[in-house]
Amino acid sequence: MPLLTCSDLKIGYGSRVIADRISFTLEQGDYLCIVGENGCGKSTLLRTIAHLQPALGGSMSMNKETDGQVGYLSQQQTGRNHFPATCREIVLSGFLNKRGWLPFYTKSQKKEALRNMEKLDALPLSKKSFSRLSGGQQQRVLLARALCASGKMLLLDEPVTGLDAGTTAEMYRLIDKLNKEEKLTILMVSHDMKAALSAATHVL
Amino acid sequence: MQSLDMLSLYLTFPFVQYALLTGVVIALASSLLGVTLVTRRMSFISDSLSHMAFLSATVAGVLKLAGASMLLTLPVTAICTLLMLHSDRRNGHSDARLAMISVSSLAIGYLVINLFSGSGNVAGDVCTTLFGSTSILTLKSQDVTLCCVLSAIVVLFFILCENHIFAMTFDETFCRATGVKAGLYNVLLAVVIATMISLSMELVGALLTSALIIFPALTAMRVFRSFRGVIICSVICSVLCAVLGILISILASTPVGSTIVAAQVTGYLLFSLIGRLRR
Repeated sequence: MPLLTCSDLKIGYGSRVIADRISFTLEQGDYLCIVGENGCGKSTLLRTIAHLQPALGGSMSMNKETDGQVGYLSQQQTGRNHFPATCREIVLSGFLNKRGWLPFYTKSQKKEALRNMEKLDALPLSKKSFSRLSGGQQQRVLLARALCASGKMLLLDEPVTGLDAGTTAEMYRLIDKLNKEEKLTILMVSHDMKAALSAATHVL
Repeated sequence: MQSLDMLSLYLTFPFVQYALLTGVVIALASSLLGVTLVTRRMSFISDSLSHMAFLSATVAGVLKLAGASMLLTLPVTAICTLLMLHSDRRNGHSDARLAMISVSSLAIGYLVINLFSGSGNVAGDVCTTLFGSTSILTLKSQDVTLCCVLSAIVVLFFILCENHIFAMTFDETFCRATGVKAGLYNVLLAVVIATMISLSMELVGALLTSALIIFPALTAMRVFRSFRGVIICSVICSVLCAVLGILISILASTPVGSTIVAAQVTGYLLFSLIGRLRR
């Protein structure tokens, strides 16, 4: 049973269609890489899948179990430089979608947050202030948060933009590890053909 | 010793007790709101909103809704808050727009008061609305009860929704992508903010309202690095400054609002120093 099916999907903003006739299916454990030039609608597709904007036509259906079990990591953002938060608080906030309107987090969720940070070699950062980390460290923490939010699928929107070569390789290694060891379905947008082809099972 | 005696004498008067209680309760609730507004980079919203509330309060005054002016002020402020929370996300001009709203509502409010006001003391009315110069000392017991109840609701909302507030403030896009009901939450937050602002507008004046919201959060952010730390510290700071300000203003017979703000400025400078030394 596919996790995600898109058939004849049409995406864009308002009345402006950026791309249409997009059809693909994703199975559990797939690693789909979407590559293409700037402005061809890669990120828009991802945002549509993440329900951040409505699809303009066609259909997109998600497995019932997967819906609400999706983690999202966007391009590196600036402007959070003065936000007071420790990394642990940020990673924990990934569980919010599983709590609904219930207050507080459970003990097992707190443990799982630390486990997720360990998987990404981010455990030593847990008590540090997010705004004082380097770009690569910040992306790792945000990936850990996405991991908390998802059990099944990760949507990654150019996660390595702005990182240097070494950190980029490290990031790809971690994502690859998650895909292989945790059987997580990965849907990544990238304009880096080489890296995409080396790891992904499918390329769009 | 003499001033202590004077203080204990004053503290036996009910109006002083009311002022203290109200001040503490409002300081507590608005410092909580301040943390999310400041970290969302929307500090200026509280200022614009209190001016907006000033406008609707004057309109209510003209329409002879005396005593029921909250009925008009509250919904108007709530709608404005919602609009501002939205426009902030959509485009980059929100800074200029807020300044525009702030100035124009202040001007129109003053115009309305001037054109239609029945009482002769226009300057006095405006001064009271802006600075709450004496109103915190002339509270009635029902004001105090209302204020306590509403503040309790705000505090409860914060304790129960702390995680939502944190996550939404830090990264709203992520919340939406992972299926959190962001729209509903924004409406709720807008209503709470509007309630708090129009309430404290009535009681302590527009100037003090913005100060009570902005200062504690900024002060706490100088020293603390975790979200929870900032929340707890800003609540303590805010309450402490409010109590100190009210007591000093009684002893030295200075205006209450300005004294509280002065206490907060002192606190901010102190914490900046501590933050710099610890670095």
